[in-house]
Amino acid sequence: MNAPNQSGWKPAMIASEDGMHNGPATTTGNRALMLEEPLLFEIGRSDVTGVDLPPVDADAPTRLGALGRSEAIGLVGLTEPETVRHYTRLSRQNYGIDLGFFPLGSCTMKHNPRLNEKVARLPGFADVHPLSPQNAVQGALDVIHQLGGWLCTLTGMPAVAMSPKAGAHGELCGILAIRAAHEARGDAREVVLVPESAHGTNPATAAFANYRVEDIPATPEGRVDVAALKARLGPDVAAVMITNPNTCGLFEKDFREIADAVHAAGGYVYCDGANFNAIVGKVRPGDLGVDAMHINLHKTFSTPHGGGGPGSGPVVLSEALAPYAPLPFVRQQTDGTFYLVEEENREERGPSFGRMTAFHGQMGMFTRALTYMLSHGADGLKQVAEDAVLNANYILRSMEDILHAPFAGSGPCMHEALFGDKDFTGGLSTLDVAKGLIDEGYHPMTVYFPLVVHGAMLVEPTETESKATIDQFITAFRAVVERALAGDEALKQAPYYAPRRRLDETAAARKPKLAFEG
Amino acid sequence: MTRYFTDEHEWIDVDGDVATVGITDYAQSQLGDIVFVELPAVGTSVEKGKDAAVVESVKAASDVYAPITGEVTEVNPALEEDPALVNSAPEGDGWFFKMTIGDSGQLEGLMDAAAYKDFVASL
Amino acid sequence: MRYLPLTDTDRAAMLETIGAATVDDLFVDVPEVARLDGPIRDLPMHASEMAVERHMKKLAAKNLVAGEVPFFLGAGAYRHHVPASVDTIIQRGEFLTAYTPYQPEIAQGTLQMLFEFQTQVARLYGCAVANASLYDGSTACWEAVAMATRVTRRKRAVLSGALHPHYAEVVRTMASFTGDEIADAQPAITAEPDLDGLMARIDDETACVVVQYPDILGRISDLTPVAEAAHAKGALLVVVNTEPVALGAIRSPGEMGADIVVGEGQSLGVGLQFGGPYLGLFAVRDPKHVRQMPGRLCGETTDAEGKRGFVLTLSTREQHIRREKATSNICTNSGLCALAFTVHMTLLGERGLRELAAENHRLACLAADRLAKVPGVKVLNTAFFNEFTLILEGKPAREIVRDLADRGVLGGVSLGRLYPGVAALEHALLVAVTETATQEDIEALARELEASIKESVA
Repeated sequence: MNAPNQSGWKPAMIASEDGMHNGPATTTGNRALMLEEPLLFEIGRSDVTGVDLPPVDADAPTRLGALGRSEAIGLVGLTEPETVRHYTRLSRQNYGIDLGFFPLGSCTMKHNPRLNEKVARLPGFADVHPLSPQNAVQGALDVIHQLGGWLCTLTGMPAVAMSPKAGAHGELCGILAIRAAHEARGDAREVVLVPESAHGTNPATAAFANYRVEDIPATPEGRVDVAALKARLGPDVAAVMITNPNTCGLFEKDFREIADAVHAAGGYVYCDGANFNAIVGKVRPGDLGVDAMHINLHKTFSTPHGGGGPGSGPVVLSEALAPYAPLPFVRQQTDGTFYLVEEENREERGPSFGRMTAFHGQMGMFTRALTYMLSHGADGLKQVAEDAVLNANYILRSMEDILHAPFAGSGPCMHEALFGDKDFTGGLSTLDVAKGLIDEGYHPMTVYFPLVVHGAMLVEPTETESKATIDQFITAFRAVVERALAGDEALKQAPYYAPRRRLDETAAARKPKLAFEG
Repeated sequence: MTRYFTDEHEWIDVDGDVATVGITDYAQSQLGDIVFVELPAVGTSVEKGKDAAVVESVKAASDVYAPITGEVTEVNPALEEDPALVNSAPEGDGWFFKMTIGDSGQLEGLMDAAAYKDFVASL
Repeated sequence: MRYLPLTDTDRAAMLETIGAATVDDLFVDVPEVARLDGPIRDLPMHASEMAVERHMKKLAAKNLVAGEVPFFLGAGAYRHHVPASVDTIIQRGEFLTAYTPYQPEIAQGTLQMLFEFQTQVARLYGCAVANASLYDGSTACWEAVAMATRVTRRKRAVLSGALHPHYAEVVRTMASFTGDEIADAQPAITAEPDLDGLMARIDDETACVVVQYPDILGRISDLTPVAEAAHAKGALLVVVNTEPVALGAIRSPGEMGADIVVGEGQSLGVGLQFGGPYLGLFAVRDPKHVRQMPGRLCGETTDAEGKRGFVLTLSTREQHIRREKATSNICTNSGLCALAFTVHMTLLGERGLRELAAENHRLACLAADRLAKVPGVKVLNTAFFNEFTLILEGKPAREIVRDLADRGVLGGVSLGRLYPGVAALEHALLVAVTETATQEDIEALARELEASIKESVA
């Protein structure tokens, strides 16, 4: 099934014969390259340090008022070799994209190009203070300006707010701009409509902005129920928040019709752009009637996920919402120089709703994302979307004969394929399949999201995987699914070969232990 | 003492002018391992059908509704230390709170044990 | 395209499996009106690694690099030496290219690191529990206010006038949507902060009082009376710290009775990066407040074989479960910055952090004494850690800062930049002195400042 390379060689998958390969127990608890590592606080010492600094002169005069620290902080240190080994050993208990296939749906775990890392570390970007005089940071302002230009062109939108620090922060930015725009007209609308398949941040964001959240039902084919949505529109609806492509992996083909209806009712259209990577370079959301959309630079434009952040969530805005964008923003003067519009630029800031963060946004992510865009160009970004969608459809069609694919009949999927646990037997669940895939050497897909599908499994291959990798995954995924269909009891105990077996989350939550004691 | 049940799977014991509220065995079996119970403050006025407490498992948080209107007079201190009581003794030591009975007429709309048993069987 | 492994042969074979003639058949659900006929116009085509690097290097070269000139900027972002091994570790693919640890069996590296991070932050702040980080200090400050309103069920926050103005602006912006009342003020140019005035503003409706320590003018003072005054009214004390290195030399906020301590962790491991990504720190002194905290939390547990392991826990507080009832809409932390912080803190340890703090303070005292000798310059603070305020004669400090930059010295942050249009503050200059400043740098600042003031007075 694997595509041979030109030499004719192809990777073989050799099934393990006797399962566990359990040898004798080791004295250390280690198993060769699988190394156990204690906590920092169990190996560090309070008098050890890995940096060379002058010793504290207890007699030196201080100007600390009466606030000099008398109590120990309770920290411990390690020398450099010990530090490097401690964290290197910890790193080896992690799965990352560099290590293998990571089809985590809606998270877009694509390759992180190393040029981006190199560029972000240029001293001209990394070693620049956010409050440096603006004549000393023209290059940094230019990066923000150029990246904003790419985002506007790619989305077909006229404006962008760059400061939001992550996707959810960007979502908040968009909804606050919508609230500000309504309030500027004295229009006190109260309701935001959110499809039931939406990511949990959507209702949380709308609720934060003091909106009442109402669900919009989905059709059996996995899209927004347009008739139900239209019926609910009215003078109390401030906005609808729609993810497109949606969390079922489908394109909302009636998006334009929805947007027109929302606009006719005086509302705004918020598009959750978490899945923009499926259509980047192929479709401009601005052509679909979007008023605001955040873009997760860490998804579509491949800034690293870093084990859970930092992200970056610029928001593109329509003409109607642009005046309400948060401070600061970058403008260019006629002489080509750049400047920041901040609180003091009273005329230019206009009705901006305020400030969302101390400085100018995630500069370190901007340099990486701009590097990524320049590398791909208009042609490469289009290919990114096409290959991501091709890979996902290939997985969908290669699995649907054995795994329940609730929306396989709804047309092609976009960048991710959605499955459900309908046919599993013997009490086996989606979770068991996920843990079985861990033993096969894969990071599992997203599980139990979206909530509209029972035992959901959301598989997002991304465009940076080869056909051979995907073929090998399909073989392994099918094998694990077959076990779930057959009710294989052993799968309930998986994973067997990971650094840890299943962890007791109930005990962790009942008696939270959130810091080292001792 | 009389015990009534709601269709949201709460039970309520009435003893004179004080009622004790908890969730049913069926409810705890659906929720799985309970890790935390958020109880109302003593003195809170609760309203029939409105949320009065929250019960949490690892992956879910569920509202518990007041079966009748009244004021909270006491909460179960044992649940703070040992939320697992809701799993092991939902209709006994795992009670949530005690309350006054604002309108005893509201009790009449609730189910008795037999009716609740039939109700659960029908789900 | 160097990042796209599929060949045309692969694509053809896959389309055949799918049963589609062309890749555009997979985009049939996109309405006609929104389909593009080719690559988006007005953007360049793909480029080689070398060409892209050249483009980006040109942009980088247009910035004045902090490390190449005498440098004294602070005001919420500090330049410290970051040991080389920090960057080596955060670039390991297992950390860099991992996701949020939702599958704990294969994410123990990130999880154990977060547990160590939470412990370090809690101890540094004198608190019981810290979370796994938030976006940055300013957003953490708002989250603290929001949490205080949840805990106290009150809707009024009193902000110290000496809270970083950007932090105060973030709080005001967010509160304007939630309907919370923010009682704020502007800093008074005095040697000591006006804590009596602050305490007088706390009333029975107050959810929290928010104080920065050291404050925006670099002043430090005992906050114990503020904690007592807040608690007497049933309010919480929120302490904001933007320079964690300071806590190697001065008492922790928790020790002084702070209920919530938040701050910016950028000083350790993260670097300046023109303002982001940074690292929001968030801790509570009383463990009973844990369930009201925003953000991710990592907790200890055991696996099915009884081995110790770590998981994300108490996630019922978060948006993916609570949806519109969540404590916050945040769904990410600042994981890689937290790792950088933790590795740097591990290299320092108790001893190194105290030495680093002492060295910062020694150099800052040296600089304050030297700058006080410059004609037309007065040092405002009686007490400070590594940042203090100068009052300058002549032109507004903002113009002097620009002039200093033209002279090749990044001399500080003017209060005119932070509080534009406030005449009372326009002659004040904030100067931060870390271990990266040399005696020659301090001398250069004194010399150029003297020249600049002389010119401006003339």
